[in-house]
Parts: sequence; C-alpha cells; structure tokens
Amino acid sequence: MALLEIKDLHATVGDREILKGIDLTVEAGEVHAIMGPNGSGKSTLAQVLAGRELYAVTGGQVTYDGKDLLAMSPEDRAREGIFLAFQYPVEIPGVSNMYFLKAALNTIRKHRNLPELDAMDFLDRIRQKMTAMNMDQALLNRPVNAGFSGGEKKRNEIFQMAVLEPRLAILDETDSGLDIDALKLVAAGVNAMRSAERAMIVVTHYQRLLSEIVPDYVHVLADGRIVRSGGKELALELEAGGYAALGIQDEAEAVGKA
Amino acid sequence: MTAAAEQIGQWLFEFTRQEPAEPWLQHLRERAFARFSELGFPTTRDEEWRFTNVAPIARTSFRYCSAGMLVLKPPEVAELPEEEYKRHLGQHAAFDRSAFTALNTAFASSSVALKVPRGVFEKPVDITYEASSGAARGSNPAAPAIHPRTLIIVAPGAQCTIVETYKGEGHYFTNAVTEIVAGDGAVIDHYKVERESPEAFHIATMQVALGRSANFTTHNISLGGALVRNDIGVTLSEGAEATVNGLYLVNGTQHVDNHTVIDHAKPHGTSHELYKGILDGHSSAVFNGRIIVRKDAQKTDSKQTNKNLVLSDDAVIDTKPELQIFADDVRCTHGATIGQLDAESLFYLQSRGIGKAQARSLLTQAFAQDIIDRIKIPELRNQLEKVLSEKFHERSNY
Repeated sequence: MALLEIKDLHATVGDREILKGIDLTVEAGEVHAIMGPNGSGKSTLAQVLAGRELYAVTGGQVTYDGKDLLAMSPEDRAREGIFLAFQYPVEIPGVSNMYFLKAALNTIRKHRNLPELDAMDFLDRIRQKMTAMNMDQALLNRPVNAGFSGGEKKRNEIFQMAVLEPRLAILDETDSGLDIDALKLVAAGVNAMRSAERAMIVVTHYQRLLSEIVPDYVHVLADGRIVRSGGKELALELEAGGYAALGIQDEAEAVGKA
Repeated sequence: MTAAAEQIGQWLFEFTRQEPAEPWLQHLRERAFARFSELGFPTTRDEEWRFTNVAPIARTSFRYCSAGMLVLKPPEVAELPEEEYKRHLGQHAAFDRSAFTALNTAFASSSVALKVPRGVFEKPVDITYEASSGAARGSNPAAPAIHPRTLIIVAPGAQCTIVETYKGEGHYFTNAVTEIVAGDGAVIDHYKVERESPEAFHIATMQVALGRSANFTTHNISLGGALVRNDIGVTLSEGAEATVNGLYLVNGTQHVDNHTVIDHAKPHGTSHELYKGILDGHSSAVFNGRIIVRKDAQKTDSKQTNKNLVLSDDAVIDTKPELQIFADDVRCTHGATIGQLDAESLFYLQSRGIGKAQARSLLTQAFAQDIIDRIKIPELRNQLEKVLSEKFHERSNY
C-alpha cells in the first residue's frame, strides 16, 4: 500500500479552481519533486495536504497510510506524521520557539504512545540537531520566527522537521530566499532525513535545489494538473529548456520576475 | 423625591452615620459630600461616561463598610506625617468634577497614607483592600460599599515599587481613590491588580503627580468585577517619564472601562502608553486615552497604543485616542487595533500537531505576553499567566 495516494484532487480558493485533478502516488522511501511555474498550484497542493482550511477540496480523494486524509484535522495529520515546511514560516511573537517545539513534539509523542519529554530530555534531544542545522541555541528562547532572517526561518523549518521526525515531509519552496551556502546546509539537513520509512515531496520552482536533494521522481505541474512525470532527468530537461520547452507558459518569467 | 435625590438621600443617611473626624478632615468630607450631592451619579449622557452605564450602582442601596486592609512594606516606609497628610489629601485627585471621587472623599477613612523616604527599596509597598462579604450578613442586608483611599508621597530620589490589589467576595461596591506624589528624580514601579468578585462594582481613580525627572511606570491589570471603571491621570513636570500600561482580560458579561489622561505640563517629558485587552463572551471594554501637551511642554515625546484581541462575535470594544496638543515642537503618536486570532498562525501551530484549542490558547497568551514580560514581580507574572490560560481556555482532549 502506498504511503500517499492522491486521486483526481480538485481544490478551490474562493471561486477560483486551483487544483484541477491531481493524481499522485508516493511510496515510503521515495522523494518526489513537484516543479512548475508560479501560479501552477504547487503551494496549494502542499497546503491542501497539510489541511489548510483556506482551500476547499471540491473533488477527489487522498489516502494516507490507508486513512482518509481529507477527513483529518491539520493537527491530526501532523500527529500521524505529515510535516509541511512552509514557504513563508509564520512569525508568532509571544510564543517561544522552545515552548512551541516542545509542545509540538510532546503532542506527537503522546499520539504515538511515547512518554512526554521534560525540558532537560527535550534539550538533550534537540541539541545535536541544532548544531547540524547551524542554529544558535539563543534562537530557542526567541519567539517563533520573529525577527529571524529568511535563511534562519527556513533552517528553523528543517530543524523542526528533524525534531518531529515525520513520515511524509512536504517541503514548499524551501530553497526560495536562500543563498547557495544556506541552500547546501538546508539540503544536507533534508538528505540526512532520507530513509526507507520516510517519503518526501519537494515543491520547487527551480532545478538548483534538486541538484542537492536528488529526487526519485519529478512531476511538472501546470494550471492545476500534472502534465509530465519522469525521473530526475526531467528536472535537467527543464533546466536546459525552461518550462517553455514543455509548452508551458511561466507567468513569473513572462512578467520578468524571479 | 426624584430617583436621583432618593439615591443621594441613601448615601446621606450613610454619611451621617459616620463617626465625625477631626475638624479639618470633617470639613473636607462635608465639602466632598456636598459636591457629590450636586453632581449626582453620571449617566451615559455625560461624554466621559458614554459607554459605561453606572445605573446599576446608582440604583443599589449600599451600606458603608470599612475595607479589609493589609499593608506590607519596607520598615523605612512610615505613616505620612499629619502635616503632609493634610497638605496632600484631596489635592491631586480633585473631587469637583468627579462624583465618585467626591463620594470617596466624603467617606475617606480606611486610608493608607505613607511616606517613602529617600533610598532604594527592593521590597514593595504592597497594599491589599478586601471587601468582606461576611459583613454583608449583619442586621443591614444592603450590599457593602468600601471607599479605599491611598496617598503615597515618594521623596525626591527615592526608588520603590507599589502594588495595590483589590479583591473581595460576593456583591459589593469598591470606590477607590489613589494619590501618588513623586518627588524630583523619584523612580516608581506601580501595579494595580483588580481581581474583584464576578458580581462586584469597581470604580477607581488614580492621580499621579510627577516631579522633575521623575520616572513612573504603572501597570493597571483588570481581571475581575462585573462593572469596572478606571480613571488614571498622570501629570508630568519637566523631564519626567511616564510608562502607563494596562491589561484587561474580560469574558462573560464583564465590562471594563479605562480612561487615562497623561498631562504633559512641562517641557522634555516622555510618555509611553500601551493598553492591551482580550475580550471573550459578551464582554465589553472601553479605552479612552487622552494626551494633553500644554503650551509650555515643548520637546514632549508621547506614544500611545491600544490593542485588542476579540475572541467572540458578541464582545464589544470602544477605543478612542484624544490628543490635545498646544505646543508645536512635540512628537505624539497613537494607534489602536482590534483583531481576532490570526488564521495563519493558528494553522502553523496546528500543522505541528498542536490541537486547535491549545493553539488558540497559546496565541491568546502570546497576545498579552509583551505586557506580562514587563512586569517585574514574578508572583504577579505567574498569576497573570494562570488567569490567561484558565480564563480563555477551551475544552479539548489535547
């Protein structure tokens, strides 16, 4: 049984249909890249899988580990092992990073019938993971993402992923806003998490992240549908010819934005 | 007799039952009572009371009671010498325009009058007023009214912390007046913690006079009470600095009204004002922040902020800044916000496994966190965090 099975998924925001019939099967241990121009629905797909209420699912099914994913609350999805690394991590002044992450880890552990960790055990557990992500321990005592640089926010997302140990990680444009050194650091963090039990969906506009996190499969999303699927060589093909080579209009490039 | 006259008649009866005081005080009380009789209780036709209806207080017969009092203080902080008591009592919180201050002055006896000498005092001056419900079950069935009166004179250069706490049980009326005089260069960290019973009426006036280069910080915390009104006035001399903060946490049918007046009378004064409120249920709140910059008060720097988090569809907030600026070389800013919990922040927390109820509770606490972080008394911080997590907590499995 596949870890994730998406069948004919449709989703709208307001009156606008964004996802127009997505089919995708992800097995444990696989890394799938979803590429596509801006506005193609990549981020919507990521958010719908995580349970964002802003989007209304108007058709199709999503089965995760044999369960109806769409019937689950966002927190239950997280407890069942889904993790979304946000494209724009939210700043939450007044909630310390440490308190937040400990609360998250303990609810997930409780769900997995593991004992909750006290502050000391928690710190022991995360210290090495912080070092790996080159995160200053002072960041733990600061409010969640508040005043973090773009790179710090993205590193914080991957650090959270490392702490929460999901079964399905969805990385939404994790490369955006990163310089090449930060990108390599983040990618190393992600690669360290690859395992036979864990699947990843890497959403990105650019090929450069996929040189660091090499996917097993690449899917090209355009106008709410997957228009091409292939192996990692598809990403290189896109790198060489752009979306235009696949006959896809890239809105961002058309208006001259990165 | 008209209804108003009848209401005043009941207070007159209570007034005449008092033991007479020494002549100067008796004279002050009589003048105050006369003024109260002229003013009568305010109505919502008075601009200052537009959003706060005190009819429930006006139409209730109260019985005068002395407040339960507990005063903890550094040993050096002594009773105010009589001469200074005479000189200051009623001089800062004027009763000519406030019926409640007049009424308090007419009954002023349960007084705390202290003098903080020059020196640095770690241990706070800690004053608790308690309305005793036990006394209500005596021969007179009327609900008790207490009129706590606090006068603190802080010597030039002194540094101290003052905490006023108001609490009680059952149905009663607290009508408090506090006067604080800060000498030149004094540094005062003041807290008022209102945790009255859910049925209580609480009306409080605080008037603070700051000497040259004095530094005064106050946190006005409203937690309890059915009907609460605070009138806070701070007058700044040259180079004085005032931080006037407040936090109101209301649910059910609670009503809390905070009126503040920061009066920059002299040049080079600085004031920061931050009031934050969380409203749930059918509660309502009022914030009215007046900043006066007098003609002389050049180089004034003043900032006012009022932020409200409204958790239910039925809660109501009225917020109004009032800037009265008569000087030309000043910087004054103000802003008010009314908002709900941020949907994106909620989703972010939920996406990490935190249940919706806990996520809401976390964000609600986070809203008040910057005020709580400024409170320098650990017990008070803990108490507030507890109230926050209990008062706005929604039931859930986890």
